[in-house]
Amino acid sequence: MSAVSADPAPAPAPVPPPAVTRVRARRARWYRQPTLMTGLVLLAVIVFMCYGASLLTSFNPDTQNLEQPLLGLGQAGHLLGTDQEGRDTWARLLYGGQVDLRVAFIAVILPFILGTILGSLAGYFGGWADTVIMRIIDIVVAFPFFVLVIALVFVLGTGEKSIYIAITAIGWVSYARITRGEITVAKRQEYVLAAQSGGLSSLRIIGRHLLPNVVTQSIVYAMSDIVQDIIAIVTLSYLGLGIQPPTPDWGTMISAGQNFLTTQWQLTTIPGIAVVITGLALSLIGDGLADLLRTGGS
Amino acid sequence: MSGSLQLEVSDLRVQIAGHQGVVRPIDGVSLEIAPGEAVGLVGESGSGKSMTLKSILGLLPPDAKVTSGSVVFDGTDLTRLSHSRLNKIRGRRIAMIFQEPMSALNPVMRVGNQIAEGPRVHLGMSRAQSVERAMDLMRRVGIPEPERRFRAFPHEFSGGMRQRVMIAMALSCDPELILCDEPTTALDVTIQDQILRLLAQLCHESGTSLMFVTHDLPVVAQVCHKVAVMYAGRIVERGTVSEVFSQPLHPYTLDLLRSAPDIDHPGQSLVPIPGSPPSLTNPPSGCRFHPRCQFAEDDCKVSDPPLRLLEGGRATACLHYERCLDQIGADS
Repeated sequence: MSAVSADPAPAPAPVPPPAVTRVRARRARWYRQPTLMTGLVLLAVIVFMCYGASLLTSFNPDTQNLEQPLLGLGQAGHLLGTDQEGRDTWARLLYGGQVDLRVAFIAVILPFILGTILGSLAGYFGGWADTVIMRIIDIVVAFPFFVLVIALVFVLGTGEKSIYIAITAIGWVSYARITRGEITVAKRQEYVLAAQSGGLSSLRIIGRHLLPNVVTQSIVYAMSDIVQDIIAIVTLSYLGLGIQPPTPDWGTMISAGQNFLTTQWQLTTIPGIAVVITGLALSLIGDGLADLLRTGGS
Repeated sequence: MSGSLQLEVSDLRVQIAGHQGVVRPIDGVSLEIAPGEAVGLVGESGSGKSMTLKSILGLLPPDAKVTSGSVVFDGTDLTRLSHSRLNKIRGRRIAMIFQEPMSALNPVMRVGNQIAEGPRVHLGMSRAQSVERAMDLMRRVGIPEPERRFRAFPHEFSGGMRQRVMIAMALSCDPELILCDEPTTALDVTIQDQILRLLAQLCHESGTSLMFVTHDLPVVAQVCHKVAVMYAGRIVERGTVSEVFSQPLHPYTLDLLRSAPDIDHPGQSLVPIPGSPPSLTNPPSGCRFHPRCQFAEDDCKVSDPPLRLLEGGRATACLHYERCLDQIGADS
């Protein structure tokens, strides 16, 4: 009766989907992951605001104006007011974010590289190398992360370089453990035996065959690790061990503003909120990535 | 003939220290391959055939050790080579093809790059040259549209295509010998036939020798000139394929042939071999096959027969091999 059934043209034979579509489907799924997407958008906004700071404010974060200290929200053209030295809080928040994001990023890359190298050597070769590396890891893990970082920075002296050294010296252990565990399993796979039978060197097998198969776990972990690093950096700066004034950074802003908490709450609270939102964005990315790779991986 | 041997395995013994004692998966295996020859190694699961293959290239698991014997390839004993010198032979002069083409290919590496890797490492080719060579190899093993397929990942290929990739990888450095570890077991029969033909043809063209491990007797008949039958870590019979299959000189070979269907004699009932393969921790005394052997005598339980060379180049490890001939005469 209907127009469809009256249609004399035969339905086109179903074309088997080419192999490419499966790959494309998997690639297309990432943006349907709400957690990951929220995190990415949030982080993109934060990164844009920090690195596009000159577009969002005309104030210099370091220019003091001792005639206008401790202004409230929106007073005299200062969106978030000024601090005790009359510097624009909004400008300091944005430029400070640049510093914190950069330091956090570098402070997550360095332990990632070191830990992945040591972990893959331990996992692939086993034997005494494995024993030595794992014992060192046990020792480092025995101490709480923050205690060790603060102690190390205290010994090394304040500043960005000390933060990198301290976080790398301690943070690598998690990456080493993850990579070692994954490689210990993956090296029993037949493709590794096949690579060995092809006369490839051990380093080539680790670098070109094993690591690409196992590195995703470390990447997922890095996303949650970077949250911890941001908090560590802010904590160190709050304690006066990290980024040194007058360079703006969220930690120093929180600590400087706490004296005025009863009158100018925004000096402490707003950088605090910035830390929380950045941490949230990175955590969401980490969770989303973990979900995606768990369901995507065979 | 013996002067021109390409690979000679003599009295190879491997042991694994396990929880329940020492296991000897290979207990005195001797094999030889002449240039251009295809030798099949057959036996039940657990008879040590794959292990023999792996020990040739030093690919044994870490807890397994070669305790005696030698694997002489082109005048050098491979069991005594250092890791770096062995790596110059692996893939370059002796290549290996594995049973499961899915798990033997790296899932996150493009197939073209996997084929091109050998020539880059061993033949010192530039990236462009090795890509060129990989495409050429893909064409030779019958992968259509190599320009497009080069960038594909293993999961986008069918089982047969993946095994073609494995063959291309094995051929990539023009090896003198290819070791095959049940390369067609994971494939269905029509694909299996294609792959076997391809392998036999390519090896014939390039004069590459082949060592073929399988439990599938028709496969040996299709591809190999010679065959060695393995049982419980030992070679029990050796000879040319036509001789061994028509006139087996060991009761195990006889039983093996009678337990497999024969297309020339449809309707013939299949005779299973009674019992199960012996424990390798505590093998039976005397001949290891005697508890399952139809011709076993008292002396089989006591004396451990070595592989004896007979006239015509055949060898058997049976004390009473004439009985097999009598049995075949009685059957036909």
